[in-house]
Amino acid sequence: MWYLNTLSKGDHAIIDRVEELTLADPISARLGELGFVPGERVEIVATGPIGADPIAVSLGTSRFALRKGEAARIVLRRPV
Amino acid sequence: MTSPASPSPTTHVLQTALVGNPNCGKTSLFNQLTGSRQKVANYAGVTVERKEGFFSTPQGRPIRVLDLPGAYSLASTSPDEDVTRDVCLGQHRTEKRPELLISVISATNLRLHLRFLLELRQLEVPVIVALNMMDEAKRNGMTIDIAGLEQELGMPIVPVISLNRQGVQPLLEALDRPLPPPPKALAPNADLHAEVRRLLQAYVTDRSAGHARLVDRLDRWFLHPVWGPVILLVVLFVMFQTVFAWAQPLMDALGSGITMLGEFILRPLPDGVLRSLLADGVIAGAGTVIVFLPQILVLFLWILALEESGYLPRAAFLLDRVMALAGLSGRSFIPLLSSFACAIPGIMAARTIQNPRDRLVTILIAPLMTCSARLPVYTLLIGAFIPHKTVLGIFGIQGLVLFGLYALAIVSGIIAARIMTRGVKSEEHPLLLELPPYRRPNLKSLALGLWQRAVMFLSRVGTIIVSLNVLLWGLSSFPLPPAGATGAAIDYSLAGRIGHLMLPIFAPIGFNWQICVSLIPGLAAREVAVSALATVYALGVSEDAASAKLLPLLSSQWSIATALSLLAWYVYAPQCISTLAVMRRETRSMKVVLGATAYLFGLAYVAAFIVYHVARAVTGDA
Repeated sequence: MWYLNTLSKGDHAIIDRVEELTLADPISARLGELGFVPGERVEIVATGPIGADPIAVSLGTSRFALRKGEAARIVLRRPV
Repeated sequence: MTSPASPSPTTHVLQTALVGNPNCGKTSLFNQLTGSRQKVANYAGVTVERKEGFFSTPQGRPIRVLDLPGAYSLASTSPDEDVTRDVCLGQHRTEKRPELLISVISATNLRLHLRFLLELRQLEVPVIVALNMMDEAKRNGMTIDIAGLEQELGMPIVPVISLNRQGVQPLLEALDRPLPPPPKALAPNADLHAEVRRLLQAYVTDRSAGHARLVDRLDRWFLHPVWGPVILLVVLFVMFQTVFAWAQPLMDALGSGITMLGEFILRPLPDGVLRSLLADGVIAGAGTVIVFLPQILVLFLWILALEESGYLPRAAFLLDRVMALAGLSGRSFIPLLSSFACAIPGIMAARTIQNPRDRLVTILIAPLMTCSARLPVYTLLIGAFIPHKTVLGIFGIQGLVLFGLYALAIVSGIIAARIMTRGVKSEEHPLLLELPPYRRPNLKSLALGLWQRAVMFLSRVGTIIVSLNVLLWGLSSFPLPPAGATGAAIDYSLAGRIGHLMLPIFAPIGFNWQICVSLIPGLAAREVAVSALATVYALGVSEDAASAKLLPLLSSQWSIATALSLLAWYVYAPQCISTLAVMRRETRSMKVVLGATAYLFGLAYVAAFIVYHVARAVTGDA
């Protein structure tokens, strides 16, 4: 399985699904509301200065800072 | 209540609310609509800022508008979003449901903002859509079929540019028309994302993809793993240098202005108690504090500009790991940075942190961040004891010491937070922060923000600070010395006695009784300590000594060890009563407040003790 937290800087992929790590995971729900939904294209535009964490993700016309733990909920697939 | 078919000059005030995502330009639209006709307060029971404004349309329809906190969704995750949800759903305890929602969406970020708009559509209340930043979207090569989208959504869409007065004219005109009918809701289980995608495909052509946008070019630098932190450090360093340097001429001018005003007012008065009260209590007291207004405003100008420009969330991104060292997330950065202006807005800003433990720790360390009220004390002591020299030609030693004091406070805050979060089994605390597009800060918004801060500061000077100074003047003037007494008058007064009583506790850290006296009002508001010192010394030393004379006076009367000890004390200590009150309101726990008070006083005493004894050993002072 391929997760957003392992995507490297400058690379892009398509969101396959968002997993819940706990029951009714509030972080997964919020990710969904921010637009991290299946079929969207994501790209890593920057990584944090220490340990490449957090990551700055470009999603459509917005960009978000996510910690790797948050990004580990997002399953990716190859862009076609 | 039903709306009239056409706007009539009745007295009914239309109740509206601005709703939108964070970073949609909602607040600048609010400022554009209402100008200075704003009331800033809190929602009942919570410390979410409540901004309400009034304006009228070109045809004279009076409108009240509530600027609801920015939200991503009605499925709330913070107290801010709770307010927005409750008001929109008509479930708020004290706010009536608005008759009309003005949904603000940015044309540059439709994918995110349309989804929230679709949530509002489900409420089936009248909505007008203010489509903001159309100018920027056009420049990016984007075209939107507004008529088609309007038809499809069943809500009127008005393009606006919230940056200038003409830009909001279309919205004002739309508000003159009869209220739109509520839109028809989609099926309750509809996939809003799929709907957004369909709408974008049908009505929006975006040719901006492909060529690098401004945000890409800037983020390449600002978020760079090496250059990003370097730029951040430079920004923070320049910020503190300017707080010290730019404000100085203004402060000098204000200072001499107040002295002249004082002389002018006091000239007709004979010597005596009244003259002394006005000169030493009121004018000297308020004057020494008003003088620091420029410095506080320069600092607020920086914070407001950094916030408006979109740089602040980038700083949070860069500092996330540093905050993680303290057991916090980058989200705590913004409340903590605000605490450099004042701990009160900082503690209030902590409500945007969803994790309750992170929020509590942020609140507890917020008073350690050097608030602007400490600046008067720092400025006075640095001016009196640190030589006015430069190193490397550009950096003043005084500025460097100030920078050092700030750095000390930050490091202490990190350590304190680390200790507080240690051992607690930490659940995950999210960052999940939007990095909004960069924008040139809007002058009108900056001016309004500064104006509100200035009023807040001056009203504090006018009320708490002056009344405390008058009280202190009374304490230091009465009882009068017995006839034929030889010592300074204040030695016989109540203040002198209290100061002497406190002395055994504070002597080990090098404080004299004058400092002890000034610590008492310093508890109520930190900046009062300076004017309190002025009062104590003015009464104790010579009749006409004012704040200007405090500087040489201190450097001749205090040892450098005492000065450094007081600086160290002020890095940690007396948080003002208002901070404690806000802490109590935010946490709803007296235990937290008492704990915070105890730990901050303890830290202050220990730090001052160490600094005093080290400085004495180094300077060879007996």
